[in-house]
Amino acid sequence: MMKTSKTLSRALIAAGLLAGVVADAAAQAKEQFVGLPSYRVGAYAAGGSGIYGGWIDYMMLINERDGGVGGVKLTWEECETEYNNARGVECYERMKKKGSTGNSVFQPLSTGITYSVLDKVPVDKIPMVTIGYGRTDAADGRVFPWVFPMITTYWSQATTMVKYIGAKEGGLDKLKGKKIAYLYHDSAYGKEGIAVLEKQAQKYGFTFVPLAVAHPGNEQQSQWLKIRQEKPDWVILWGWGVMNPTALKSAAKTGFPREKMVGVWWSGAEEDTIPAGDAAKGFTAAGFNVPGANYPVVKAIQDNVYKKNKGNMEDKSRVGSVYYNRGVVHGIITVEAMRTAQAKYGKRPLSGDEMRWGFEHLNIDAKRLKELGAEGFMPDMKISCADHEGSGKVKYQQWDGKQWQVVSDWIDADREMVRPMIEESAAKYAKEKNITPRDCSKES
Amino acid sequence: MFYREAGQFKTSYAADQQIFPITQDRIGVLLILAIAFIAVPALSNEYWIKAILIPFLIFSLAALGLNILTGYAGQLSLGSAAFMAVGAFASYNFMLRIDGMPILLAFVLGGLAAAAVGIAFGLPSLRIKGFYLAVATLAAQFFIVWALTKFGWFSNYSSSGVITAQEIEIFGFRFLSPESKYLLVLSIVVLLALAAKNMVRSSVGRAWMAVRDMDVAAEVIGIKIMQTKLLAFAVSSFYCGVAGALYAYAYIGTVEPEGFNLDLSFKILFMIIIGGVGSIVGAFLGAAFIVLLPIGLDVLVQGWLVGIVPPSISSNLQLIVFGGLIIFFLIVEPHGLARLWQIAKEKLRLWPFPH
Repeated sequence: MMKTSKTLSRALIAAGLLAGVVADAAAQAKEQFVGLPSYRVGAYAAGGSGIYGGWIDYMMLINERDGGVGGVKLTWEECETEYNNARGVECYERMKKKGSTGNSVFQPLSTGITYSVLDKVPVDKIPMVTIGYGRTDAADGRVFPWVFPMITTYWSQATTMVKYIGAKEGGLDKLKGKKIAYLYHDSAYGKEGIAVLEKQAQKYGFTFVPLAVAHPGNEQQSQWLKIRQEKPDWVILWGWGVMNPTALKSAAKTGFPREKMVGVWWSGAEEDTIPAGDAAKGFTAAGFNVPGANYPVVKAIQDNVYKKNKGNMEDKSRVGSVYYNRGVVHGIITVEAMRTAQAKYGKRPLSGDEMRWGFEHLNIDAKRLKELGAEGFMPDMKISCADHEGSGKVKYQQWDGKQWQVVSDWIDADREMVRPMIEESAAKYAKEKNITPRDCSKES
Repeated sequence: MFYREAGQFKTSYAADQQIFPITQDRIGVLLILAIAFIAVPALSNEYWIKAILIPFLIFSLAALGLNILTGYAGQLSLGSAAFMAVGAFASYNFMLRIDGMPILLAFVLGGLAAAAVGIAFGLPSLRIKGFYLAVATLAAQFFIVWALTKFGWFSNYSSSGVITAQEIEIFGFRFLSPESKYLLVLSIVVLLALAAKNMVRSSVGRAWMAVRDMDVAAEVIGIKIMQTKLLAFAVSSFYCGVAGALYAYAYIGTVEPEGFNLDLSFKILFMIIIGGVGSIVGAFLGAAFIVLLPIGLDVLVQGWLVGIVPPSISSNLQLIVFGGLIIFFLIVEPHGLARLWQIAKEKLRLWPFPH
């Protein structure tokens, strides 16, 4: 009798302990969900698979090496948007409530989808981060508290292009009397650069010749004929997808020197130059991240993710390419915002509101970049309530026939010119939508 | 057994001419409407309403519009998405530029603007037919999207050429919740579908079908070809225009002209081909197929196959399965899903006896 009761009590204690362990495990299973509206099919699949692949690999690195962010594991799920606005909205709605605290951040990698969910994010309290695309005037955080067009916008980029060209000409004052053609994708995206470049043309006295290329851009003979007649000193290539290699090939046929062509960051990936073959040699393009697998952060991914066979890229040679590294930048920004918010709210899964605070107080300085192993890999940045852009710096890189070589240091945007334009445009939006801009002095 | 019309006698002209002559059909339709109006908003969650049902209804309306033109009047068109764009941008500009404009009137005016544009691009149909006409409407597709991008006035000089739809407010009630938007879209779609059903049963619809089947014969029996064809273009574009306005106002919110590209036109054309050319219910079935199937496949693939197959393969797999299903249905029933439904009804009437 005595013995039985002892056994029973032991069993009970053991059960109790076990229950405690299980409860502990449940408490430890803290997870932060990140919804990924990716696209891996269609005309822009090269960009989508590279960027989302790099981003997933970085999150995998954080989980594998550090056990998550502050002990909170990252979880994610993909949703195929096909770069289509309606599908993007469906993905946004599908992922909104997933995970314990809902979707942490929405980054669609498509300006069209950005516009489609622009009015939805404040209602659902999910921050939207658009790195290097999206709505430029959302950089005014007073009007757009939930949208973060980070690092740099199209307008900022256009001013750095003029600076870069000026530097090549031997000073911005040498631009007077020069002629710059602007070969752009005839869409909302392509038109973004025009207003700023027109202003720059007035300021520096160069002639500005905009030339539209109809989507998708595989037919450019008439535009290059025009370039031959106009004889511009420089051509700015504002293309996307198949338009880029076609422009480079047409330039080679026309005999226009590729060294005098400057591309946007969506023209400056391996996928844009390799199809053009030798015609791409000498072409220069902007980038808010640089290619290369020799940065410590990319090496860490190789060691902690690919060695364990957990990598996302099927073609492992793409690790370290322009798009892949851009995905790593997306990952760094998301994770660092999480860290920032955890410092305020505690090490637990964060709500969309708390994540927004994290993005708004994100400060990745040179020291932090070094700690992350991303020194020189991306620019340092500091987001504030009023300024959701945070950096405005880009580097220029040149295609040497085999790979991209960085040929400039970080070039600052002409923010004195861009910022008033952003504020003016945002104020117009605020008026149209009856939004009272936030008073940033009262924000904590 | 249950679906049998024996014993249902029509004793008046009104009874003979009603839309659904069989009692069971009437009960069925009323049941569907009751579910759509009462049960769905009460039971469905936000995701279903916002991401699935609203786009399904809007695309059904657009497919209905194209079905009137292509299915009933026999004029092939590849410009449906452009007419949707006209509807969306016109409604936006009416709301923006006229103070106190009621939103429903703006939708109607947006539809009328689309109808006017539709008539203009329908003019070539008086001379050319079939595939040649499709090319002419292709011009509409490219011209309209180009014009909306080119002239800043349409988008109120927005730097990137997009418009942001104003809030929907009717008699002081603000349509903010997804349920209210859903009910608004549903009401408009039901009304217009009813109108379409009646139109195709009336002399107008019969004239369209006569022109579709043989225009020379139609002309011989006294149908005015020009009026009939242009009316079909106008009505079809009106439906597409209203669908476009709803797309902007009740679904997406902020739209860009590029969103209404040729892909969307093709999608709407596929909807009526899969659903059934020349059938009202076909427009709904086709829209359900084209809108819901890819989403369903994606949910399946992301839920089950993630980690098993590489992500790029799983994404392409969806397209392969989707394309395969389209081919399967077209082989099994070239006249579309609506025809399958019709066969099922005929079988049901005889059931359980085969003859």
